[in-house]
Amino acid sequence: MSKKRQKLISDILVNGSLLLLCLIWTLPSLGMLVSSFRPRDDVLTTGWWKIDWSQLTLKNYDQVFSGKEIADASMPGGVAKGEDMSQAFLNSLVVTVPSTIIPILIAAFAAYGFAWMKFPGRKVFFIMVVAMLAVPLQIALIPILRDYTKLDLNGTFLAIWLAHTGFGLPLATYLLYNYISALPRDILESAFIDGASHFTIFTRLILQLSIPALASFAILQFMWVWNDLLVALVFIGSRPEVAVLTQRLMDMTGSRGQDWHLLMAGAFVTMSVPLFIFFMLQRYFVRGILAGSVKG
Amino acid sequence: MVAMETSENSLQSSRFFDLVAWLGRLAVSLIVPICTFLVMWRGFIFLRDGAAPKLVMALVAIIWGVGGVAILFVVSNWLVERLSVRWRSYLLPFVFVGPGLAILTWYLFLPTVRTLYYGFFNRTSTKFVGFNNFIFALTDKAMLESFRNNLLWLIVGTSLSVIFGLLIAILADRSKFEKIAKSLIFLPQAISFVGAGVIWRFIYYYRPPGEEQIGLLNAIVVALGGEPLAWLTLRPWNTFFLIAIMVWLQTGFAMIILSAALKGVPEELLEAARIDGATEIQIFFGIIIPYIQGTIITVSTTILIATLKIFDIVFVMTNGLYGTEVMASQQYKQMFKYQDFGRGSAVAIILLITVIPVMFYNLRQFREREAF
Repeated sequence: MSKKRQKLISDILVNGSLLLLCLIWTLPSLGMLVSSFRPRDDVLTTGWWKIDWSQLTLKNYDQVFSGKEIADASMPGGVAKGEDMSQAFLNSLVVTVPSTIIPILIAAFAAYGFAWMKFPGRKVFFIMVVAMLAVPLQIALIPILRDYTKLDLNGTFLAIWLAHTGFGLPLATYLLYNYISALPRDILESAFIDGASHFTIFTRLILQLSIPALASFAILQFMWVWNDLLVALVFIGSRPEVAVLTQRLMDMTGSRGQDWHLLMAGAFVTMSVPLFIFFMLQRYFVRGILAGSVKG
Repeated sequence: MVAMETSENSLQSSRFFDLVAWLGRLAVSLIVPICTFLVMWRGFIFLRDGAAPKLVMALVAIIWGVGGVAILFVVSNWLVERLSVRWRSYLLPFVFVGPGLAILTWYLFLPTVRTLYYGFFNRTSTKFVGFNNFIFALTDKAMLESFRNNLLWLIVGTSLSVIFGLLIAILADRSKFEKIAKSLIFLPQAISFVGAGVIWRFIYYYRPPGEEQIGLLNAIVVALGGEPLAWLTLRPWNTFFLIAIMVWLQTGFAMIILSAALKGVPEELLEAARIDGATEIQIFFGIIIPYIQGTIITVSTTILIATLKIFDIVFVMTNGLYGTEVMASQQYKQMFKYQDFGRGSAVAIILLITVIPVMFYNLRQFREREAF
């Protein structure tokens, strides 16, 4: 009986403290989510925990995507539309998709080369890859910025694709090498005997066998690029045609300090894509994070 | 005689055909890359100057970028396969590793050397200034403040993330709600530092006493009968409030990895200790901690490095004001606000020096793990 009671007490203790911690960890996001559905005046006058369910609205999201409504008597309906986030959303996609695929492609080729080909300097080059894993990207900002100024690349998507490719490449090559070099040797040997070239083996066989590793890294890199602010600030600049979501959101914290309702909706919009990936591909995501923990 | 002549003729004509074939192959080998280049260039011009609807531009940009790299590999492989066997076996590895190495060299290896070089020059890199930038970086008041803050970030941020991560991993391991609890804690991992900044600004929001508080923290303080505080301008505690955001984000990472390690602790070991009458606390410090030590070190190093480079949180929350500056935000400020590339480079080099132990650790791990 006493043992049962002890078990019960420890169960309550464990689950109680776990519940408390989860509550603390969830409250900030919950506050944002609720605020993003509340009308402007409510957000500014009362705390989000005093929800008036009947007042909840989608209007904030509408404004985030179609532009903030500003009172302007000269316009039809008495409102003018400010800047919206749809362009930034597209820009984020245009930045993130190639910045994820390009390094994977280049790193997969390199990993195959390191794993299955013999060439002079192989070891030295790979040691360089490993050494570059922990290098902070801050080291590259000034030199690359200068190169881009000379090449007139600043503010182009190509500039930021290449930058993200460069910064993500050591980890990508390292992870994919670990995976590809561990594939069974006889698969390749029999393909060689059949007369396949390296290129064919790589594109037909290796890429398909490496899908789990490719997916894990893809998610890691996608999240990293989507959530990045520094690289975008340095190489893309803040022209609205090219600015990404994180930059827009940061601008809003400055210029719309009082527009909490829009800020919260905007924040949720920037998070929607990573959250979607998080919930859909959590297994790969966790695996990628486990594998990527050597990165600097 | 006649027979010999014809054979000579045929030999000549076959040589002629060889030559034509060779020239043809050369021409094709030149035309294909040139055409590829032209198409890519047209794409670049279109992307730079084009005025198509933004959705179209976005699609073209993605296809151009990804397709371009794929074509690069296909064309260079195609070219190399045209060569004789000897040249092919010599060049083919470089088709595979070449682009990767080139980008790595351009974006990380050379910049390390160049940044070090710029660090010894003035703001526009036109005049040699010796160690002045480094002396500035190590003695300036704002820099010293950012070192102190960075140290706080490293120690407090990392240890709290790991401790909370471990605590939650252990609690979750013993709970029926393991899955959902872990998902909730892990969720902030998907949120950007900027997004987290927005969320937490709302938590720390301050209004003068007497007004209704809409920030959660001040609302709690007021409900408990206290005076509302302007958390983000409250030196020196504001740095800790920024660190809290980092802990909120990173704990999930620590938890996931530590939880995987915890599952690896053999149950018999724990059972044996329990039978011997060890308390849960003794088991925790005597068995579990030593068993997952390696993982704890890995997790701590990863969070350490991320914390060392912390930039976004400070930049978004306070812009480095009120004594919250850190090294990475200082570097950004030197680069863009003061336009001083010499000092910016010196700060970057100091950042690099602090991660050198990790670099060596990675290299040693790699060398131990396999005979490459």
